[in-house]
Amino acid sequence: MTEATATFEVRREGTAALVDIEGDVTAGSEAVLMAAYDQAGDARAVVLNFSGLSYMNSGGIGLLVTLLVRANRRSQQLLAFGLSDHYRQIFELTRLDEAIGIHDDERSALAAIGVTGVGR
Amino acid sequence: MSEMQEPVDTAQIPDQATARTAANWAKRVTRLDVAEVPAGATGINVAGKRLNSPIQGFGRLWQKTYQVHLPGDVVSPRDLIAMWKQKFPQFWPEGNHFYGPLTGIAPGEVALIEGTLPGRLRLSTGVMVLYADEESFTLMTPEGHVFAGWVTFSAATQGDETVAQAQVLMRAGDPIFELGMSLGGHRQEDKIWGTTLLNVAKHYGITDAEVEMAAVCVDKRRQWKRWTNVFKSAAIGSTLYMLAAPFRAVFGRRG
Repeated sequence: MTEATATFEVRREGTAALVDIEGDVTAGSEAVLMAAYDQAGDARAVVLNFSGLSYMNSGGIGLLVTLLVRANRRSQQLLAFGLSDHYRQIFELTRLDEAIGIHDDERSALAAIGVTGVGR
Repeated sequence: MSEMQEPVDTAQIPDQATARTAANWAKRVTRLDVAEVPAGATGINVAGKRLNSPIQGFGRLWQKTYQVHLPGDVVSPRDLIAMWKQKFPQFWPEGNHFYGPLTGIAPGEVALIEGTLPGRLRLSTGVMVLYADEESFTLMTPEGHVFAGWVTFSAATQGDETVAQAQVLMRAGDPIFELGMSLGGHRQEDKIWGTTLLNVAKHYGITDAEVEMAAVCVDKRRQWKRWTNVFKSAAIGSTLYMLAAPFRAVFGRRG
């Protein structure tokens, strides 16, 4: 019921697809997030960069659940980094952290999936 | 507008963003705490339980959306949500009781629910307010609930109408609830949220409103590794609690 207020830029690092998120992630972000996910293609892992996140509501958390289902279907790992302390707590509260690997930065997220020597 | 404007202090922006979101989300909790159990509720399947997102559920993942359209000149989305948060329990269908906080829906508040299952079985459960802002609020379920997930209530402007919406993202909590959902549980849920929305419309004097429903199966796969959720079932807990009522009456009097 709301319009997209976030952008999702996709880049590749080895076998991983990184999604740089900027702006507000809400239910209105569904189409752009899923389009970004489709660009990830056959990546072995999808890594979400939340460094540019300014706001996320419960609709945004719901989108991540949907994204996780799609990633599981393709046998892809889903990871995240760049979360503020507040959003880390939200991931813990909603127990998303049990299915999405949370990392401090891009380098450690990529290292966790065996992509080394790259990352910011 | 004045030509001279205060320079933007960009260092303040992240703090403002954090403050904006922090007030809308519940604080992190490991297990739910029920401070006070109102008369008529038990709180037995809520106190000490963890929250369950759809990830921790068993059944197929469903996203179900219910909408009712109201004339935009009758109520704005923000006013509707403010009213809904304040009077949420009043709109529940008969036979189900929502024991919410007297102050209305607010992030982190725990509400108790007394409902009925097919066969007149009583179901004691609850929810926590996960998120609330001026245009929406979300209730999340604890372990043992019929479903693992959340329900988001929202309102938005569409053309010259205000659309009130309830959207459920859920997996049935355990194999028994999954079976129950396919044997009438989904219909019962449709009735609960459909009636709730019609009651909201009636509050504004709209008696001929119709509820639109859409259900999408986001994931057809069941999470069999979660079958042990059945041991925390609120239905089983509620039934045992009911069966133990005579013993509580006897031993309670002695104590």
